[in-house]
Amino acid sequence: MSAVKSRTLSLSKRGMSFETFMWLFTRLSALAMYSFILTGFIGALLMGARNHMNFADIMRWALMPNVTHVQNTNLPDLAPWETSFWKLVASALLCTAAAHGVHGVIVILDDYLAKPAQRQWTRIVCFTLFLIIVPIGIYVIWTS
Amino acid sequence: MGLKRDVSLYTALRYKGQGPFLTYILHRIGGLGMAIFITTHILASFTANMGWRAGFLVNQVYESWIFQLFIFFCVIFHAINGLRITILDLFPKLILYHRQAIAIEWIAFIALYGFSAFTIIRTGLLGV
Repeated sequence: MSAVKSRTLSLSKRGMSFETFMWLFTRLSALAMYSFILTGFIGALLMGARNHMNFADIMRWALMPNVTHVQNTNLPDLAPWETSFWKLVASALLCTAAAHGVHGVIVILDDYLAKPAQRQWTRIVCFTLFLIIVPIGIYVIWTS
Repeated sequence: MGLKRDVSLYTALRYKGQGPFLTYILHRIGGLGMAIFITTHILASFTANMGWRAGFLVNQVYESWIFQLFIFFCVIFHAINGLRITILDLFPKLILYHRQAIAIEWIAFIALYGFSAFTIIRTGLLGV
């Protein structure tokens, strides 16, 4: 029971260290991604997805609302699917997912790499990849 | 400071963590799968836009129905398991019911992934 009690400590009693902040960020960024995915899912249904694509295509769109993900469906008009609103949602989803993901990858690698130098190098590699991939991803979203 | 494990690889593989361990390890596999996929998919799309053949080839693999089955597994499992973790962490009193939460998670996953997999396979094999 003591383990359960220790989990109910408020944030003020635990203190907000960097680890606590990233723990909270991981949960809140996940919630943010669920809201983006739900936005894509509902948006797809409102734009007529029910009659022009199958369930997997709707899921594919909801998980990244980029127009290239619905190009091979039976949609008669792609214009509503490539508005700035959807590009903004896709960009926000990409940024949130990348920040969530880079932290997750570092947490996993920390479990398998014990030397401080190894951990430092993996952090440098992960952050460098993050800084390179996110702008390229946003460029791809806005030019596709 | 070197990496020193207290158990052999054989013992580790025989570890019986049961349901919670299975979700833990699948969450990590799904997360890593997505991280590698998203990184390479972005690079492939970027290079394809520039006319590079390699980008087209990589994206062709990603659009195949067999790969979609794999990546949908990663995404849907990671998302549903992540939702369970988030709910239990933000409402710690519910941690007492974590095994029931895992059972609900599997039901939701099988329903959502099963339906997605069915449509992916049907489209891939029959084109409908």
